[in-house]
Amino acid sequence: MSSPKDFVLSCPLPLTDYPTVTLAHGGGGKLMHQLLEKMILPAFQSPLLETRHDGAVFGIGESRLAFTTDSYVVSPLFFPGGDIGTLAINGTVNDLAMCGARPLYLSCGLILEEGLPMDTLWRIVQSLKSAADAARVQLVTGDTKVVDKGKGDGVFINTAGIGLIDYGQPISPASVRSGDVILLSGDIGRHGIAIMASREGLEFETQIDSDCAPLATVVQKLLSSGVEVHCLRDLTRGGLGTTLIEIAESARLHIGIEETAIPVREDVAAACEVLGFDPIYLANEGRFIAIVPQRDAERALVALRSEEPATGAVRIGQVTASPSGMVTMKSRVGTSRIVDMLSGEQLPRIC
Amino acid sequence: MKFVSEYRDAAACAGYAKSIARLTTRPWTIMEICGGQTHSIVKFGLDELLPPQITLVHGPGCPVCVTPLELIDKAVAIASRPNVIFCSFGDMLRVPGSECDLFSVKARGGDIRILYSPLDALRIAQENPSKQVVFFAVGFETTAPAHAMAAFQARQLGLKNFSLLVSHVLVPPAMEAILSSPSCRVQGFLAAGHVCAVMGFEEYLPLAATYRVPIIVTGFEPLDILQGIAMCVAQLEQGRHEVENQYTRTVQTQGNLPAQELMKDVFRVVDRKWRGVGSIPASGLGLRPEFAEFDAELRFDLTAYTAEEHSVCISGLIMQGLKKPHECPAFATACTPEKPLGAPMVSSEGACAAYFRYRRHHAPASAMKV
Repeated sequence: MSSPKDFVLSCPLPLTDYPTVTLAHGGGGKLMHQLLEKMILPAFQSPLLETRHDGAVFGIGESRLAFTTDSYVVSPLFFPGGDIGTLAINGTVNDLAMCGARPLYLSCGLILEEGLPMDTLWRIVQSLKSAADAARVQLVTGDTKVVDKGKGDGVFINTAGIGLIDYGQPISPASVRSGDVILLSGDIGRHGIAIMASREGLEFETQIDSDCAPLATVVQKLLSSGVEVHCLRDLTRGGLGTTLIEIAESARLHIGIEETAIPVREDVAAACEVLGFDPIYLANEGRFIAIVPQRDAERALVALRSEEPATGAVRIGQVTASPSGMVTMKSRVGTSRIVDMLSGEQLPRIC
Repeated sequence: MKFVSEYRDAAACAGYAKSIARLTTRPWTIMEICGGQTHSIVKFGLDELLPPQITLVHGPGCPVCVTPLELIDKAVAIASRPNVIFCSFGDMLRVPGSECDLFSVKARGGDIRILYSPLDALRIAQENPSKQVVFFAVGFETTAPAHAMAAFQARQLGLKNFSLLVSHVLVPPAMEAILSSPSCRVQGFLAAGHVCAVMGFEEYLPLAATYRVPIIVTGFEPLDILQGIAMCVAQLEQGRHEVENQYTRTVQTQGNLPAQELMKDVFRVVDRKWRGVGSIPASGLGLRPEFAEFDAELRFDLTAYTAEEHSVCISGLIMQGLKKPHECPAFATACTPEKPLGAPMVSSEGACAAYFRYRRHHAPASAMKV
């Protein structure tokens, strides 16, 4: 028998890092990436996991499948433009769409807190159902657990999904080439501000609705338009900025974007000014970027603009060779700056 | 966006940059006081639009950065206690204390809440009569009126479970400390527009006269800052040293008099330690004895705390305008926004964080015009 010393399970995170999990570890920024790189990926060592896509893509027989999962812990449960139910369906549908897949079947796990009003649960179930219908997916398996009062925030939902991939080319950062253009499907930041406003009781002159929407239909339209699609990403936690940095790092290329080309609705921009936020880091639930070769850019825009919710699609930048692994933005006044990954969530500043 | 995008117009900015270049015949060093201005300069790359003779140095005007280490330690000590709800502006949570930051306390179960207004803390105190509710009252003259109002209303409401952990600092004494230092290289100032919106700018007149420096009350948008620099350079070139107001759409000579009255009722001027700079006489605000019942340091018996800064961190030199962030040996290596050694790497207004976030792709010496 080997000595117990051989089985020392030491935590791979250096001691200088946080000894406990903080909220920033789930914020989609640098700390979360460190957690994935130093703990999760080494623990499982799967080539499929290593691709760090929105879902895993693999073949079974003649078919290529995409498989993904996501958990939803939003507070408040209901917000302008959506609720935890629509998020739970659209989030997983969109992750499959970003793999180039046609979403087919979803599972749904509900973790309910003791004391949750039955009426609230019913509203969430209804919205799960109508969001699934709208995205043309079937909810085919599930699970329900109840935890003690105080041990959950009303409702936590986990969904997983399977989709079928018809598109022949690999859609991933590895397919991105210097010279490709970055297309953005519409205005950014509405989901982040809608959640913040309803969570904190902030009131603006106009109501800002979440952009939460299923993206599979418009992505399928893009893929079947004959355009060569190199990479797709939805702009959820961490927003446009974090997504572009992930792609630039992974593809070892430079992405340059123009601030004036990025659509931000006036009320969202105003809220950002007040709170000290940068809209490029705000979460979206119905926005994505498509990276395509320059020669296909116009045709891709036409395909995107033909279908909601991408009718406002625009070109925001281009991929070049260097400085590799970096995203820069040409500012409104014509100078250039780095777009850096945030450490955690954006924090409202003092003054 | 109306009343914002006009001040970010590329053509207008280029116009001001040109006129600054025309005005400039010699090297000049200008300090922007406020962290909000630093952030705007680096975010929009405004210094890249300036002629090489103009050097901008970044002043001590980030409230997160100058809050002394022992006060962070006191905040951590209070927030770690059971039956305390500790309320703070968001960006104070990541500032490193001697042992840990407030985020870590939250992760260990501390009830820490991010608020947008100190008056929200009063509501929390009313709703939680069995808990002690503490608000971390940091900042310059800009946040002082709201904190004064919180203390004032707390007394009116007779709240027994509300207190303020106060670390207020004042701008003019810090400017005087910088100017009276023998190594001072600042020749002109962009004063902090929003501080002046509260306080007016008459208190800058003796500073400008005594130290013979132009002081321009300046806003925060790109065009504001470029116009402020143009006004400052014009004075420097002409050998004038006056106080001028660039930010006329917000700042009046007298400032906000009702806010000043309230501040006087609640606060008194005290000596204050600045992180990285040291103690500056009569440079801060503390609660008046009449409001002592709302002083968290007294309530939790924390007056004896002291703490030492990390030895590598040169934040003091940076905040006095003597060094640039990338001249620090720890910049972007041992010290990053994830593991900050000093506070200027934490806040979005901190000079080090602004350089880290927007500037690492430039070759240091050439682009930064040191």
